[in-house]
Amino acid sequence: MKSKQLELMVGLFVVLGFAALAYLAIQVSGLSGASSKDVYQIQARFDDIGGLTERAKVSIAGVTVGEVDSIVLDKELYMALVTFNIYSDVQNIPTDSSFAILTNGLLGEKYVGVSIGAEEEYLEQGGEIYDTQSALVLENLISQFLFESTQGD
Amino acid sequence: MKPIQAAGVRALNTIGAFGQAGLFLIQVMLHRPKSLSGAMGLLMKQIYSVGVLSLVIILVSGLFIGMVLGLQGYTILAKFGSEQAVGQLLALTLLRELGPVVTALLFAGRACSALTAEIGLMKATEQLSSLEMMGVDPYRRIIAPRFIAGLICLPILCVIFSAVGILGGEFVAVTWLQIHGGSFWSLMQQSVYFSTDVVNGIIKAFCFAIATTWIAVFQGYQCEPTSEGIGKATTRTVVLGSLSILALDFILTAAMIGDF
Repeated sequence: MKSKQLELMVGLFVVLGFAALAYLAIQVSGLSGASSKDVYQIQARFDDIGGLTERAKVSIAGVTVGEVDSIVLDKELYMALVTFNIYSDVQNIPTDSSFAILTNGLLGEKYVGVSIGAEEEYLEQGGEIYDTQSALVLENLISQFLFESTQGD
Repeated sequence: MKPIQAAGVRALNTIGAFGQAGLFLIQVMLHRPKSLSGAMGLLMKQIYSVGVLSLVIILVSGLFIGMVLGLQGYTILAKFGSEQAVGQLLALTLLRELGPVVTALLFAGRACSALTAEIGLMKATEQLSSLEMMGVDPYRRIIAPRFIAGLICLPILCVIFSAVGILGGEFVAVTWLQIHGGSFWSLMQQSVYFSTDVVNGIIKAFCFAIATTWIAVFQGYQCEPTSEGIGKATTRTVVLGSLSILALDFILTAAMIGDF
C-alpha cells in the first residue's frame, strides 16, 4: 500500500513534468500547427532589411499569411535576399505585388506588409517579387531631413 | 619556506580530492543494478524524496519569481511604451537563465544537503560498512539510486519552474496590469524558439544536476564520521554546489550564445 502510494506520487510528478514541457512547447514557443502548415516559398531582394529577423510575419491587410524563412546576402548585387514561406491556402498574390518592411508601432518588431498588385498572374513556388520597399532607417531619415532643411537657407 | 610548503600541501590535497571524486563517479557508473525491478524500487523511493518533496518549494518560488519579473518588467517597459514585450522578457529570462539556475540552487539547498547528511549519517553510524559486511554493495544500494534520481529530477523540476513562472507572470501582466493578452503571447511565441531556448534550458539543468548531485553524494561518502564532520560536509555540499552551478552557468551560456 505504502509503495503503491509512493509510485503514484512519482508518476504524478513525471506527468506534471511532461505537462509543463508541453505547455512550454505549445503555448510559450508556439510550436503548433503554424510551423507545420503547408507553405510555398517566394523570394525578394531588399536594399536594406533594417532589423528584419527570421520568423518575422508576412501580412496582407494585417492578417498573417506567412513568415520569413531565411535572410542571406546576395553577393553579386550586395542586396539582402529574403526567402518567405507563404501559407499555401493563400494562392492569389499577384506577381506585381509590393513587399515593404514595416514596423509594428514605434518600437515594435519588424514585419513584412504586402500591397496587392493588379496583375492577373499569381505567385507560385520559387517566384520572385521585384517591387520591394526597404526598412525605414531612422538615421537616414534624420540626416535627409537635416540636409533638406539646411539646403533651404 | 613554511607557507610555500603549506600551499603545496593544499594544492596536492585539492588535486587529490578531484581525482578521488572522479574515481568515485566512475565507481557509481560501473555498479550496474543486478535486477531491474529491484533497482526501479530503490530509484522510485529516491525520486520521491529528491523530486516530489522538492516540488512545493519549486512551485512557490517559481510562481513568485514569475510574478516579480512581470511586475518589474512592466514598470520598466511601460516607460518606453512597449509593455507588450513583458511576455518576451519573462519567457526568455525564465527559460534561458532563471529557470535552470534558481531551480538548481534551490535543489542544492533542499535536496542535495539532505543527500549528504543522510549518507554521512549512514557512514557515521557504520551502516555503510555493515552493508559491506553483509555483502551488499553500498555503491549499488545507496549511492547510485540517489545520483540517478538527482539527474532525473532536476530537469523535470526546471521545466515545471519555468512553466509556473510564466503562468505567474501572465497573471500579473495580463490579468492584473491589463496588458493585451494576444500581443503578450504572440510576442513571446515569436521570440522563443523551442529547439534553442527550451532545450538549452533543459540541457543546462541536466549539467547542473550532474555537478550538484555528484558533489552531494561524494561529500556524504567522504565525510568524517562524526556529527561535526556531517555538518561540515553538508555545508560544503551547499557552498560548492552553488558555486559550481553559477560557474557552470557562465560556461554553458558562453558556449550556447557564442559562435565559436
